[in-house]
Amino acid sequence: MSQLVQIRPLMPAEGTFPTVPMNALDTLWFQVAGTICNLECTHCFISCSPQNHAHEMMTLEQVLTYLDEAKQLGVREYYFTGGEPLMNKSIYEMFEASLAQGPTSFLTNGVLIKDKVAERLKALSDASDYSFDVRISIDGYSAADNDPIRGAGTYDRILAGIEALANVGLNPVITVTEVCGDAATRAGRTRFLDFLKKIGLSQPRLKILPLLRMGAEEHRERGYHRWESLAGAHLSKDELSALQCSSCRIACASGVYVCPILIDAPGARMGDTLASTLRSFPLEYQACFTCHAEGLSCAT
Amino acid sequence: MRDVTRVAFLGGIYSNYLALEAAIREAKKRGVDQIWALGDFGAFGPHPNRSVEILREHDIPAIQGNYEESLSTNAEDCHCGYTDPRDNHYAQISYDYTFENTASAYKAWMGTLPKHARLELDGQRLLLCHGSPRTINEFLWRSNTPTPFIERMLVEHDTDLVVCTHTGIHWERRDDRGRGVVNVGALGRPANDGRTNVWFAILTGQGGRVDVEFVPVAYDHHRLAREMSDEGLPDEFVETIETGWWTTCLEILPAKERAQGRY
Repeated sequence: MSQLVQIRPLMPAEGTFPTVPMNALDTLWFQVAGTICNLECTHCFISCSPQNHAHEMMTLEQVLTYLDEAKQLGVREYYFTGGEPLMNKSIYEMFEASLAQGPTSFLTNGVLIKDKVAERLKALSDASDYSFDVRISIDGYSAADNDPIRGAGTYDRILAGIEALANVGLNPVITVTEVCGDAATRAGRTRFLDFLKKIGLSQPRLKILPLLRMGAEEHRERGYHRWESLAGAHLSKDELSALQCSSCRIACASGVYVCPILIDAPGARMGDTLASTLRSFPLEYQACFTCHAEGLSCAT
Repeated sequence: MRDVTRVAFLGGIYSNYLALEAAIREAKKRGVDQIWALGDFGAFGPHPNRSVEILREHDIPAIQGNYEESLSTNAEDCHCGYTDPRDNHYAQISYDYTFENTASAYKAWMGTLPKHARLELDGQRLLLCHGSPRTINEFLWRSNTPTPFIERMLVEHDTDLVVCTHTGIHWERRDDRGRGVVNVGALGRPANDGRTNVWFAILTGQGGRVDVEFVPVAYDHHRLAREMSDEGLPDEFVETIETGWWTTCLEILPAKERAQGRY
């Protein structure tokens, strides 16, 4: 995989584009593990892998600095992603600091969640007045569906992670991409919820995500078609407000970007501080088309 | 801005006219100066006109919820703000029934109501809204409405206390000076705690700060459940009234609130 996927900067499409205003910074993401991951999923839109250092891990100091600024700005919620957040050696201190000032979620592939990790996460959740959500990705109802995407043996390890969380009383949100055949249909959704009940989640919570045709996904199935862009589009105020970039930013080790999807786009880096990024942004990337057309939000 | 000292706030009524009558009786017994309704008079329960008639009969001042906004503008759905297909499925059943069974004159009246109101309670400035000050259908749950966000909201909307509903579960988060958010809960359905009573709130201005009391309301929930069944409303709705556990519109709950319920 890592030999095949060439990491290259994401460039804007051609044309003239609508601009999204920054309405209010409600959601702050942290690309806390950079693009470094213990897995190499074939549909990863930022091509995360053990070798991908396009974005480095964030330090505790960096996260605390942004949290402090976020507090002043009245941010409502926090998300930690990567890469695999649990690979960051300061992750628990980061969670603790985040949970002291707001609801916090983190996105994980789940394979590192052993009993001890689950207990630690549960203790963090119990100690906070705010909600703490663990979001685990899986790509199918069986190893035969999942493992070709997420890697050999990952299905069993993901289920073990989910089970470890359920055993301590944490109820993860399960994320499935549209790679999982029928997941986006009503019948598929019901089937998936039943599946989650069967594997021990009595109150199953499910989020279906559309595919972003970039990064590794470009080599798995396809890249974006030329027409898949917002060139020449006119979006209403409500349509613009529905886009997550009207209310979120993502802090990376290298600065603050417009949203979690565009961190490979040099043009999406908006500044060094949160305050410096509270301005409008042109929707000139093809992924912007997916967010608008599919109603995609990375938040739960 | 009106100056009063003791005010009852009724959250989403959701056509639970039996609980509405019981709450008004209880509020009057407790000697409130005023009763306010914070929107969503219809939804979920039976015979939506009855709640409107009771509110108007008692001359209760009210603001719009997302239901009043949708009903008065002939919208196709309730704009409840759910994101999950199952939640939206049940929300649509609820809205279609309410739309069909609400008198046109009442829909027009709903359109005349304001979306916000301001009161002053012993020097504290209150901003009444349905969801949040900025959006009629924003969900302010306890576990996802942190203090820094509340402080921003109070500054942006120039108030000391936001009084809201929309989520269906009552809570408050206030600082040492009593500034913050009070979500008054709902009269329409129980608080997902396995008890059949519903809730409203009484705010009392006292010595420069506001005291908040959440008041449980018992009512004839068996009768409401029977009437809901007779009207052909979903068994899932009836079960909630009978058991106190939410069976629908669950996916919008944050982790902590979800963990407290049965489903």
